[in-house]
Amino acid sequence: MNNNLYNYIIGIADNSLILGQRLGELCGHGPSLETDIACTNISLDLFGQVRSYFQYAAQVSGDEKTTEDTLAFLRIEREYKNVLLVEQPNTDFGYTIVRQFLFDAYHLLFLRELENSKDQTLVAIAKKSVKEVSYHWRFSSDWVRRLGDGTTESHGRVQEAVTDLWMYTDELFHQTDADQAMIATGVGVNTSALKERYYQMITEVLEEATLEVPESKYWHKGGKQGIHSEHMGYILSDMQYMQRTYPNMEW
Amino acid sequence: MSKNWPLWEVFVRSKNGLEHRHCGSLHAADAQMAMANARDVYTRRSEGVSIWVVESSHITASNPENNGEMFEPAADKVYRHPTFYDLPDEVKHM
Repeated sequence: MNNNLYNYIIGIADNSLILGQRLGELCGHGPSLETDIACTNISLDLFGQVRSYFQYAAQVSGDEKTTEDTLAFLRIEREYKNVLLVEQPNTDFGYTIVRQFLFDAYHLLFLRELENSKDQTLVAIAKKSVKEVSYHWRFSSDWVRRLGDGTTESHGRVQEAVTDLWMYTDELFHQTDADQAMIATGVGVNTSALKERYYQMITEVLEEATLEVPESKYWHKGGKQGIHSEHMGYILSDMQYMQRTYPNMEW
Repeated sequence: MSKNWPLWEVFVRSKNGLEHRHCGSLHAADAQMAMANARDVYTRRSEGVSIWVVESSHITASNPENNGEMFEPAADKVYRHPTFYDLPDEVKHM
């Protein structure tokens, strides 16, 4: 089995899996019917992408017992390689939107580059996903503008979310050994090259939204190595409950 | 200021449809948000390829109390239906 390719796919997929799970928590709890459906639509888009990645990872693993379901539901916490940003809670709608916004900008830039990968399966997944993620970015950046340039209350809350979540953005561009190996073979995306454009995209919207761009001297990291925040255990116990209680259950 | 966003009516044209059809309503702060919400609420099962939204307050509706004088006079005038002569094949969509 190609370990680097396998780890590379898992690294991409876990971001979407955990963010999708977070958004799914809002099902029936969104601030309005319309935004509730919008958030769960995005969640379902992400799960769809995750399924394609996991099916591919299962195939690459060469292990018959590994399936998309075992990858999603039966790994332990340290084996999930998502960035810390996506596991942060839905503190309020401001946090939900800012978390989405900070991830979408990265996700969009990443997928546009993945379309040029030497791996044709990843190219196919990227081509399908990029349309969905373009909409996610439009949705989240639109809401950042509305909330930032909205009432005193919405401005204050969304500014707090931006300031709090900002220190999770640098990790998006950290590269694991698998990332570096895949970049070297032309399969992976060189995320370092996306960093400048990323902060440009984000800053443009924040300025339009009359929000202050934070200046962080400290960056959180660890998720890409499997070292997660305290939230991760709760997410997994929620997400894995059914498969662990009723092994091999099917709908 | 009202606490609720204004109501909007949503019209969707399906892939093979010839016209936009009314499919429901939603709340939104402005036209741009109404369009985004309409996309998320009414086209998530690929119902459409085109959306119109219009603020409900811009629609003038007939008053149900006037239904008698408005609509009943037409009820017994079957001869107004074009069912008493043959349509040429070239005429589509009647």
